[in-house]
This record gives sequence, C-alpha cells and structure tokens, in this order.
Amino acid sequence: MTTLTDDTLRATPRAMRDEMIVFVVMALLLAAVPFTGVYPFFVMQALCFALLACAFNLLIGYGGLLSFGHAMFLGTAGYCSAHALKVWGLPPELGILVGVAAAFALSIVTGYISIRRQGIYFSMITLALSQLLYFIYLQAPFTHGEDGIQGIPQGHMFGVLDLSKPTVLYYVVLAGFLAGFLLIFRIINSPFGEVLKSIRENEQRAISLGYRTDQYKFLAFVLSGTLAGFAGSLKVFVAQNASLTDVHWSMSGEVVLMTLVGGLGTIFGPVVGAFVIIAMQQYLASFGQWVTVIQGSIFVICVLTFRRGVIGEIAHYFRRSL
Amino acid sequence: MQALYAQLLVGLINGSFYALLSLGLAVIFGMLNIINFAHGALYMMGAFVAYFLLNLGGINYWWALLLAPIIVGIFGMILERTMLQWLTGLDHLYGLLLTFGIALIVQGVFQNYFGSSGLPYAIPDQLKGGMNLGFMFLPIYRGWVVVFSLVVCLATWFLIEKTQLGAYLRAATENPTLVRAFGINVPRMITLTYGLGVGLAALAGVLSAPINQVRPLMGADLIIVVFAVVVIGGMGSIMGSIITGFALGVIEGLTKYFYPEASNTVVFVLMVLVLLVKPTGLTGRAA
Repeated sequence: MTTLTDDTLRATPRAMRDEMIVFVVMALLLAAVPFTGVYPFFVMQALCFALLACAFNLLIGYGGLLSFGHAMFLGTAGYCSAHALKVWGLPPELGILVGVAAAFALSIVTGYISIRRQGIYFSMITLALSQLLYFIYLQAPFTHGEDGIQGIPQGHMFGVLDLSKPTVLYYVVLAGFLAGFLLIFRIINSPFGEVLKSIRENEQRAISLGYRTDQYKFLAFVLSGTLAGFAGSLKVFVAQNASLTDVHWSMSGEVVLMTLVGGLGTIFGPVVGAFVIIAMQQYLASFGQWVTVIQGSIFVICVLTFRRGVIGEIAHYFRRSL
Repeated sequence: MQALYAQLLVGLINGSFYALLSLGLAVIFGMLNIINFAHGALYMMGAFVAYFLLNLGGINYWWALLLAPIIVGIFGMILERTMLQWLTGLDHLYGLLLTFGIALIVQGVFQNYFGSSGLPYAIPDQLKGGMNLGFMFLPIYRGWVVVFSLVVCLATWFLIEKTQLGAYLRAATENPTLVRAFGINVPRMITLTYGLGVGLAALAGVLSAPINQVRPLMGADLIIVVFAVVVIGGMGSIMGSIITGFALGVIEGLTKYFYPEASNTVVFVLMVLVLLVKPTGLTGRAA
C-alpha cells in the first residue's frame, strides 16, 4: 500500500531542532496578534480548528487511520462544556474539564468499536458513529435541538482571568492551543509515536515484532479524540454557543480538508490548513453555497495534484521534517 | 395493524434504495478499490435528471427510468476517466477523499440553483392509485418500487455471477494484471463498472423522486446510512448486499412503528452491535 505521507524525510536531532525553531516562531507570531489589529475572534476560531486538525492528524498522519467522524468529539465536548457552564454554573476551568472528560469517555467507546476494522471501513464506521451521535443530539433535550445552547457565560478562569475581555480570552485560547500542540508534538516524537509510525508503514511487520498494534491504535484514537474534545471545549468560549453544526458530518469533512490542505502527517500542516480554510470561509461567506463547491474543488485538486499539502511541499523542497 | 403494514412498506422501499446503493458501492469497490462517497450525490442527480427530462423535455417517467441512469452513468464514466483513474496504486483513502470532494461540488451546485426545498415529481398515471389487499391499502407506486428494485438487484446479481461478462469482471477484481494478459481491456471494464454502479444509484434516484421529492441534499444523509449498511453486510458478496439492504430497511420500518424515536439511529446501532459480535461484517471477508 502506498503510504500517505512523505517518507523520504527522517526525524533526526537536526529535524527536531528545526521543528522547535518553527514552533517558537509560530508561538511568537500568534502571541503578537492582539497588537496587529487582526480581528482576534477570527484567529481564536482558527486556533480551535487548528488544534482539532492537529488531533485529527495524529490519527491519520501517524497512525494511518482516517477518521471521518471527528466532529463528534468537537461537538460532544462543546455540548458538555456549554451545559456545565450555563446550567450547572461551573467555572471555566471545570467546564473545560467536563467537556474533555466527555470526549475522553466517548473516544474510549467509539475507539473500542471502530478500531476493529481498518482502512476504508474504519472511515465509514467513524462517519456512521458520528451520524448516530448527531441524531441523538438532535433529539436529546439538553442540547436544545436545532437552537443549540446559546448565550454561554464566559466567566472568570481560576477566579481571576476575565474571559469576557477579548484579549484575555485570546491568550487563554492561545495557551490552550499551544499546550495541546506541544502535547501532540511530544507524542509524535515519543517511543509510542515511533511505534505508531511503524504500524502506519507496515502493520504486519509491527505485529511480528511483538507489538500489540490494536492497543497502540486504540490509545492513539483516545488521545486524538480527547484532544479534539479539548478544542471543542475551547471553542465554546469563543463562539459562546454549542450547536448541531459542530457534530454534523460536514464538520468532520472540513477537518479532513484542513489537514489535507496543510499536509497529512506534517506537524505544522494542520495549523496552516485550518487558517487557510477558516480565512476562506470568512472571505467567501457572501457567496453562499459556492463555498461548498470551492471546498469540494480544493479536495479534488489536493488529492489529484497536491497530496503533500502546503507544509508537506515546503518540507519536501527543503528536505526537512516540518 | 394498518400502521404496522404501512411502516413495513416504507421500510421495504427504503430497503430497496439501500440495496441498490450498497450494491453499486460493492461493485465499484470490487473493481476500483474506491469507496464512492459521491454515490449519494449521483443518486440525487438521477432524481434531478428525471425532473429535468419531465419539465424541460416533456419526457415521461418510463423513459426517465431508462435515460437518467444512462446520462448519470456517462457523467460517472467521465469522472472515472478524468479523475478517479489517476488514483490507481495510491492508498484507498485518497479515493474516499476525492469522491467526497466530488460530492460536495455536485451537491453545492444543485443547492445554489434549487435551494434546499423539494421539487415535486408526479407519480406516472399508470401507477397512480392503490389496491386494497384486504389487510392493508397498497399504493401501487410503492409496490412497484419494491418489485422493480428487487428485479434490478437480481438482474445485477445475475449479470455479475452468471454471465461471461461477469466472469471477466470477477476475474479482473481478483487479478487485473493476469486478466489484461489475456487480452481483455481492463481499464475500459473499470470505467464501465463505475458507470454501472453509478447508474444503479441514479436509478434509485428516479424511483425515489415521486416518493421523497427531488432535493439537492436527498443523497447526503442517505449515503451515510448506506455506509453503515455496507459495514454491516460487508462488500464481499453481491447477494449479501441485496439481502442486507432490504433487511435493514424492514428493521428500520419496524422501528418506526414500535419505537419511532430510534428510527433514525437503528441502522447505526445495529452496525455497532454487528461490529462487537462479528467485526468482519455479516458476509464480508476481513478487510
């Protein structure tokens, strides 16, 4: 089977150093956003999706598993955080914890089911599971169906950080994103990540070497789902609502698109992809359904001619792992 | 009891669509190694072509039943020639992503021109009205859909399992290189197979037009249910796809009667149960 990612690039100490430099530059650029006059809401939204895409990429880029249902983690964590904040009146940090815990529990259950099949079946199963959850949330009373949960209080994080101030909220979201990103970065470069990559490249050989590949894939699935949930919980503070859009299959498709555009199996690709797609939606919002057509066209173009994605192409050109 | 029979009939009709669509998916997967995410969009196109034929060309339902699958099938073959064929040798997932993109494009274009509301398509005169069967009232058109779908499914099964052409097809699925060495034009067979699978989807679209109205998103949600059907049944056997399709339609119909809240989700729940008990699917081989 042809691999999904560019395997000509090797992880070396130099590559690690390059990646750290890029990471620091990215963090500094993002930290400077409030001073540039760029609309912070846009960047915060993009950061949430970037984290979601990074979590998704952990599964496809390093585990070779294409989940077509990652919206279920985003939406579930979003609904649970929103409910905890609004109805239970919990402070933000506990609200996030509730959402992440819900995504964690969900990913254990869905991972246990979906990991039983590979390749194309895995994608169809995750899609079907997320559709199942969509219908459950459509009917469950606590989600308020078509209306969603609206007007969610942002509150004071740890009692001191007033999240209703855009700048404070921005740095909290940025901190959350960077923490999640670093965690994923750490996972990828850990022995666990190396085994995961070997499973992606040749599962049979990994099994013959004595690895219980199912357990590795399951753990990757749970990590990915939980981190996707974290993105969903953060997003609640930005959007101040939780709605069915976040659990819909088109959302799962968007995550796939972001990662594909940025570069499957690259570390920074999903971030770039998320910013590109969110910016595109922002600027093309007035074109109505043509946005869907454009997104579809990007899918087609990427798959046919641009499979490495933006960062993947750059990395390939400079022969660096990014 | 009347309501139960009515829901059973609705279930059989949905089952017909599941069977026709999952059959097409299985045939395409066998030859192209691609899960055709655009299947739902092409099903929708079938319904729209029937609508256009009637309202722009004055061409009636019966001709649409023949022409729409051919037109959409040709469209599918163009897609295969221009795009899908370049994916040979790549990971299966790229096929899924590419056809997902195609589905978005097709659905987006139709949504732009026709919004999200449904367009009516009248039941042909010959199939209007109903019959009293004693235990229930059977609208003739609905009975026709079930019988006709079943005939088409069985004809497809016959074509693939019992004819010379089908034998080539099955051989090419197993070992395309060897079949090519015997002088058979495998790329052309692949194109025709995609056309056939897509044609079946379009045919389902025409059949559903008078029942479900013609909507740009009519295939979008359906395809996800069909994916679950495919996971349950496995794609290894043609007859398996047909039986699973109809059976799940019936189960869904029964759920609508006994526990309507779960009617949207029952197929997915069954998928979970099947995966827990028999991960390879009911008829499928290990993937």
